[in-house]
Amino acid sequence: MQFEFDIQGGDFSSAGKASSDIKKVLKQLNIDPKIVRRIAVALYEAEVNVVAHAYKGVMKVDLDAQKIKIVLEDEGPGIENIEKAMQEGFSTATDEVRQMGFGAGMGLPNIKRNTDEMLLTSVPDQGTRLEFMVRF
Amino acid sequence: MGKPNLKKLTEDLGFECLSGEALLDRIPQSAYVSDLLSDVMGKAHADMMWITSQVHKNIVAVASLKELSAIVIVNERPVEKELLEQAEDEEIVVLSSNLPAFETAGKLYNYFLGVENSKS
Repeated sequence: MQFEFDIQGGDFSSAGKASSDIKKVLKQLNIDPKIVRRIAVALYEAEVNVVAHAYKGVMKVDLDAQKIKIVLEDEGPGIENIEKAMQEGFSTATDEVRQMGFGAGMGLPNIKRNTDEMLLTSVPDQGTRLEFMVRF
Repeated sequence: MGKPNLKKLTEDLGFECLSGEALLDRIPQSAYVSDLLSDVMGKAHADMMWITSQVHKNIVAVASLKELSAIVIVNERPVEKELLEQAEDEEIVVLSSNLPAFETAGKLYNYFLGVENSKS
């Protein structure tokens, strides 16, 4: 099963829509609720990252009986130092975004913690590609 | 005495129910206080109540994805109708407390502790 979602940078009011749709599908497939919740956390954080940092992005979801694989590709400022970005508490979010309670520097660590495999690559001034996988 | 549901808890502690009136039979397991959404995503557990002063729509998505029992908005902060409509759609209970986060959390903490003690 495959799904694709467009994500608009800055559109906080729609953030979480793709995650919520995928979560519903996983529930219908009777995936273990604990695993569904892990995937939901990773999906949401990834979605919010695109909304908070990029101009626009695409989320592709590939689902089979054993696993879910998600790839997010965005056009945006990219990440200069991936190692730093992975540190809990590090964030480049704007004050406006922080006031909403985002930008705590926990998004990427949350994704890492809740997935079985995660790969983050980026070209500064072009965009970021995030790929993660969770086994059922 | 069994664990109280949200209806009883809301009455006992004087919270106001803003959305999800039909869902107050949920039985909450503890609570989490934070205004950082990723903190809640990372650390809160399903069926917890979430005490926060954030009142934008993304709190509904977080509560839904984490399957939280209810959101408790502190300081009687005004909540937009749009948020409450979305909360109804996504089956999220939104409660309002007229106290700041510290007192709201303190009241809830004592309440849950009282329930635990009365069981033993």
